[in-house]
Parts: sequence; structure tokens; C-alpha cells
Amino acid sequence: MDKFLQLTITGLTTGMVYALIALGFVIIYKSSDVINFAQGELMVVGAYLLYAFIVQFGLPASLAMAATLGVAVLLGVTIERLVLRPMIGEPIISLIMVTIGLSSVLKGMVNAIWGPVPRPFPEFIPRANVAIGPAVVPADRLIAIAIALFFLVLFTLFFRFTREGIAMRAIADDQQAALSMGISVKRVFAVAWAIAAVSAAVAGAIVANIIGVGGEIAGLGLRVFPVVILGGLDSVPGAVIGGLIIGLLEAYTGGYIGEGLNLIIPFIVLLLVLMVRPYGLFGKVIIERV
Amino acid sequence: MLQLNNVEVIYNDVILVLKGLSMEVKQGQIVALLGANGAGKSTTLKAISGLLKPDDGEVTDGSILFMGQPIHNKDAEDIVRAGIFQVMEGRRVFEHLTVEENLQAGAYTRRDRRNIARDMERVYDYFPRMAQRRHQQAGFLSGGEQQMLAIGRALMARPKLMLLDEPSLGLAPLLVREIFDIIKRINAEEGTTILLVEQNATLALGIADYGYIMENGRVVLEGTAEQLANNEDVKEFYLGLTEVGKRKSYREVKHYKRRKRWLS
Ligand SMILES: Nc1ncnc2c1ncn2[C@@H]1O[C@H](COP(=O)(O)OP(=O)(O)OP(=O)(O)O)[C@@H](O)[C@H]1O
Ligand SMILES: [Mg+2]
Repeated sequence: MDKFLQLTITGLTTGMVYALIALGFVIIYKSSDVINFAQGELMVVGAYLLYAFIVQFGLPASLAMAATLGVAVLLGVTIERLVLRPMIGEPIISLIMVTIGLSSVLKGMVNAIWGPVPRPFPEFIPRANVAIGPAVVPADRLIAIAIALFFLVLFTLFFRFTREGIAMRAIADDQQAALSMGISVKRVFAVAWAIAAVSAAVAGAIVANIIGVGGEIAGLGLRVFPVVILGGLDSVPGAVIGGLIIGLLEAYTGGYIGEGLNLIIPFIVLLLVLMVRPYGLFGKVIIERV
Repeated sequence: MLQLNNVEVIYNDVILVLKGLSMEVKQGQIVALLGANGAGKSTTLKAISGLLKPDDGEVTDGSILFMGQPIHNKDAEDIVRAGIFQVMEGRRVFEHLTVEENLQAGAYTRRDRRNIARDMERVYDYFPRMAQRRHQQAGFLSGGEQQMLAIGRALMARPKLMLLDEPSLGLAPLLVREIFDIIKRINAEEGTTILLVEQNATLALGIADYGYIMENGRVVLEGTAEQLANNEDVKEFYLGLTEVGKRKSYREVKHYKRRKRWLS
């Protein structure tokens, strides 16, 4: 029981991180059809930014987090403006190549500023243990889950109720019709990249708090692919649920069956799901009226 | 209000579709733009509303003036803000958004956000069926309901000029009547000027003040709705009637069309 609870909490933490990364990925894909291979590097940048604000600038954790999010928004908007906007109208494959290039550039920049050696991360989420009934669980995991949940809810409300959120979904449905409403596609793309950068930064910070800050954080970003394919490339709820499923599966297989297998099992599940539901669990079903 | 002077539109840098089209829409009017399939009606509307870009089309010559200002080089966004709103052919509702969210999307450019709720009620007033379905996904509406939603969405932008591209497409005759009545009401009650593209010439000329007939990228005939409705050629080709009053088959009409009598 104790072990099960431990594994569940580990799985949920990883799952939430996956959900955040996948969310940013899905938003960009939904609004502009671009598959963003730089999502992992955006996590690394976010983690290092938070590190810099806390350790190098000596800001208190809350202020450092706010500053990190602010810079993440700027970074997202800048990337859209300088890297992707000039490419509007180019074939999708070129856009994808551009994000791969972008990921190398970000990696190079992080290397140039902070060097290749990982560093221990300051304790911005307290690493104490708390007892829940008979089990002892790390409090930082619980707080990490809460933080991730907070951002996921925030983004969901944004999509449902704000003018920009509705515009984003409208563009995902029919870009030309959205244009005919006077919706600014450029603006929506910029918002999409800002959200992706913010969600990646939050995910990066959570991971760094657990494993320290370094380039290998980006490796977790790659796990976003099974997540989004499982959830459905264009589904926000799919990203969240896909993230949680993969996170939990990894934890349980790692804990009960054996380390190493935990990286393979999710792909097997993925294959099985895709056989039954080729659009993923929540992928957009084309509405056909008869 | 709106003037097109010798407008030329080219798709993909090579396909010349509008070949010097000129027309005018006066404030407060309903103007019908008629023509056979492929005449360039939708292209004309897209040229006005700045929507050619996604189709890789471009206005290469001539000018389009709205309230005296040239708009043929502007982005769709600016044109909507200037007061022109196009209801595209085939309805194009946002299928995965609810009815209400579709209406909100229509109000995207509005600055007076406070009045949006009131205008939404107004749309529901015109289309009571939309009110019942306000939380339903638009993709599951019937074709007629989607057309109503598309027009309602346009109302939400409070345009000065509304461009309607074949609102009768694929709808049952009774529903078409209903939608045309509402178009007329919008023109009268909101003071919205309307440019109406139609295949259904009888209906369109029935509510229009003025009309243009285009063929092959040019205007070949224009006049008041009454003049056009009584014109022998129009009767023959667009109202489907011969002099003796019997219906002609579509095939025959098409055959005649090749002779391009209006141009000679
Ligand atoms: N994106 C495009 N690329 C190339 N050619 C196009 C494009 N869109 C339209 N055309 C061509 O332009 C011509 C006019 O098309 P348009 O859609 O304006 O006609 P229409 O009068 O609206 O016809 P319909 O009544 O069938 O809707 C057609 O010959 C069509 O093939
Ligand atoms: Mg057309």
C-alpha cells in the first residue's frame, strides 16, 4: 500500500509534467499545424532562468517564478515573431525543420551562458516529507502536482472563456473562416507560443527541483510524443489525460516490474490504443452531418 | 459606399479570374451579384474582404474603395474593422465551437465589449432556433441552422456592409425563403448594406434593389432588380424561362451560355 501510494505520487508528478509539456505542444499544433521539436529545450531554458533568478540574482522564490514566467512569455512571442512568422505560408515540413533548428540554437545559448555541467537546483519547493496515513510521501511532489494543476486549470479557463482563447480554437477549426472574422492569426500564433513557453518553463522548473538543472531535462520533453499521440495531437484534455496515463504507467511498471521496462511499456500501450483509436484517445473526430 | 474599378485578380500567379471587374454598392442597398458557376462571384467577394491570400490569390490591377478609402491592399483584419464582413460560401461555422462561441468569435474585433451580450440577444431574436441551441456544438446543427449561425455571427460584428456568398446553397426552399426574409429585415432594421451573391436569381432579384450579372470575370449586365428580372436574356439564362414561358433544362441553358450573347 505504501509502495503503491509512493508510486502513484511519483507517477502523478511525472504525469503532470508531461501534461504541461504536451499542452504547449498541442496548442502550437492546433493553431498552426507546427510540430514543435523545441519544447524540450524550452523546458531547459525555463529551468535555467528560474535558477538564475534565485541563485545568481538572489530573488525570493515567488518573485523569481514570476520573473521566469515573464521572460518565458517574451521568449515565446519573440520566437514566433523572429523565427516562425517569416515562414508563414511555407510548407509544414520547413516549419518543422525550423523548430529543430530552434532547439539547437536554444541548446547552444544555454551552453554558452551556463556551461554544459548540470547544477544542483535551489530548494524552491521545500523537500520535506509528509505522512499521509501510513505512508510517508515527499511534500515537494505534492506541491509540484498542485502547481501543475493550477496552470492546467488556468489554461483551460483561458481557452473556454477568453476572446483570445476562443479565437485560438476558431483558427484550429477553420483558418480562413477565422480570418473572415477579423481574427488576427499572427496574434493568436504569438499567444500560442507564449503559452507553450510558459508551460514548458513551469514543467522545467518542477523537473529541475527534483533532478537538478541541466541539459538532460530536455530528454523528458521527448516523452511528449507518446503522450500527445496517445491523447490525440489536437486535444488539450487529451494532452492532460495522456500525460497522466503515461506518467502513472511508467511509475507502476518501474516499481512493480522493473526499471528499464518503464520506458517501453508506454509505447506498447500506445500501439494498442492506436490500433483501436487511430486519432488517439481524444483526437478531433471529423464531424460529419448526414 | 463600395466601388470596384477594373479589378483584376490572379490566382497562383497565373490564373486570371477577374478580368477588369467594375461595380458599385450604394449605402443602404441590397445589391445582387449573379452569375453561373465559376464566373468569379466568390472571388469578387474575397477580393473585397481581403480573403484571397489563403487561396494564393491577389488583386493585381484596379482598385477597391470603401467609403472613399482604398482597401485592396489591406489585411482581412483591417477590412473587418473598417466595417465589411463576409459570410463565406458553404457556411464555414466553427464546428467544434458552440453556437454561442461562434457568435463570440464574430464579435472578435468589437471594441465595445459591453454591448456584446445585448447583440447576442438580438441575434437570438432574429434566429430563435439559435437560442435553444446556444450551448450545442455548431458542427451538429442542420445545414439551415448553420447558415443562420453564419449570418448571426456576421451580425455580431455590426458591419456596415455585409457580403453574403450563396446563403441559399443546399437549403430547402422553405428555409431559403426564411433566410431571405431575414436578410431583408437586417437590411431594413440594422441599416446594413448588403452585397448578395446568388445562383438563385429569382429570389435574389426579389429582395435586391440593384443587380449585376457577371460572366467569365466581368460584369456583362447591370440594372435595377426590376430591369434585370424583365430582361429577356436574364429570363432565359437565369430564371430558366424561355419566351414561351416553359422551363429549360440546365443542360440547354449551359449550351446557350457558350454563345456569350451579352458580350457581342
Ligand atoms: N484558389 C484558387 N486557385 C485557382 N483557381 C481558383 C481558385 N479559386 C477559384 N478559382 C477559379 O476561379 C474561377 C472563379 O471561381 P469562383 O469561386 O470565384 O466562382 P463562383 O462564381 O463563386 O462560382 P460558384 O457559383 O461555383 O461558387 C473558377 O474558374 C475557379 O476554378
Ligand atoms: Mg462561389
